[in-house]
Amino acid sequence: MKINPDKCVACGNCTYVCPMGAIYIDPVIYRATINRDECVECYACYNGLSQEHLNPTFVRTVRKMFQMMRIRFDPEPDVCPTAAFEPDELTWPRVVRRAFSDPRVPHESTGVHGRGTEEVKTNDVSGRVQVGEVGFTIEFGRPGVGVRFRDIQQMCWALAKADVRFEKKNPVTSLMTDVAKGDIREDILEEKVLSAIVEIKVPVARTEEIIRLVWEVEKQLETVVALGVGTRCDEHGEDHVVGPILEKLGYQLDRAKTNIGLGRITNTAEPKPVQEPAAV
Amino acid sequence: MTNTLHRFGDAESFHDDFVVFAIASKGKNEQGALPKLRRFLEMAVSFHPVNLGDAIHGGALRPCRKMNPTSHWDRDTKPDFQAVISGLDAPTTVAAVFDNRMAAEDFVKAVKDADLGLSVNVSTSIDGAEQCCYAAGIPRHSVGYSLGFEGKTEKLPDSKVMLLSTMCGHGMVSHSLAKKMIDWVKEGRRTPEQAAGYLTRFCSCGVFNPKRAERILEDVARGKSI
Repeated sequence: MKINPDKCVACGNCTYVCPMGAIYIDPVIYRATINRDECVECYACYNGLSQEHLNPTFVRTVRKMFQMMRIRFDPEPDVCPTAAFEPDELTWPRVVRRAFSDPRVPHESTGVHGRGTEEVKTNDVSGRVQVGEVGFTIEFGRPGVGVRFRDIQQMCWALAKADVRFEKKNPVTSLMTDVAKGDIREDILEEKVLSAIVEIKVPVARTEEIIRLVWEVEKQLETVVALGVGTRCDEHGEDHVVGPILEKLGYQLDRAKTNIGLGRITNTAEPKPVQEPAAV
Repeated sequence: MTNTLHRFGDAESFHDDFVVFAIASKGKNEQGALPKLRRFLEMAVSFHPVNLGDAIHGGALRPCRKMNPTSHWDRDTKPDFQAVISGLDAPTTVAAVFDNRMAAEDFVKAVKDADLGLSVNVSTSIDGAEQCCYAAGIPRHSVGYSLGFEGKTEKLPDSKVMLLSTMCGHGMVSHSLAKKMIDWVKEGRRTPEQAAGYLTRFCSCGVFNPKRAERILEDVARGKSI
């Protein structure tokens, strides 16, 4: 993302809306400026701010007059008065930042808008997580901290060492050079993204082991981690297996995403999947 | 995408927060899904949602690409549900947000009866979702628990800011803007409704709950401990 210095009037609205806090008013040039190393190309500034198309010279003059009179200028806080944001032509590896940070851009690897895949949201038709299995979504960087791939790689290494299988249709997995080892391509390790999700699936008996492993690794990371744990309910819609394990580990279970099982396979070209045997 | 899962707050704080969303699965039921997704959104309107959206175009309150300067004094904070419905042009995740359990329950019942064949999820407190399923006579199929935030949590802001900013799971509502809105409401510079409107416009998929935001902003402004 770029800010056109000919248009910017240094109103400062954009400095608040940047999820990474990467925009500041440069005191020398007196224009909003982006710290490119911290910017994750999420486009929150460009997409989220409403745009006026006022004459920059006029706006600067008005602002100067108000400032001289010590009158507080109180414009709408979600507006760029001169439409000063201009998208950059992103090239590799920087383009990875946008793919993981701007939710409106679908990942080529998954076709899904966002950073993850369908996980348990479509479990009623995909059968991804069966009874006796647990699906983990390990999200890095959210909310509002961001993450570099070198941190994600540390977790991937530890998980790979523990012999877990990474979800194939996942954007992070698609950037691995060696999935068995959890190696992520070297040229993107320093790239910062708003968040990224690693997805794995293990037998329910390994739930505690995986959580303890995540606890151990996350201490070494420079970011936050949000864990999601997905499981298949029994025929009565109950989960008497995974929830109690999580509570035993000290988690207070407040919120969940509940798939209510209304989906069915309707594509004409796709044969119904063979039910996988439940893992132990 | 876990954009509704990791909202900050305890179960009680979700008493006015019910996100019901529908999604087609690639390779399973995305063929012919567009009219069904649109039907889902159309049906939601009669149950008085507080937001409606799709993951490509955004929610019912959107930023304006060519804003008239006079709108500074007359900003529209009314959600435009019809724009969301008519703007849906490709299969994606669509969501309806409700601020009370009765509406969510009734909507879930209606979606079940409509038999759209899409995967439907309810994102709220665990009890809240169970009650929606119970009311509709549906056993839960799968559940995805949120275990909250861990790791370098010292990099996170205070809980009041988190209650607001995590309502956009894609992270488009910045902590700084949430903090600024809290301050502005405290100072009386904007009403909770106006401040919630500013935050809502940044959510790019329409799952932000402006009514919950209003309630939080009002509570914080009055010094209520959260």
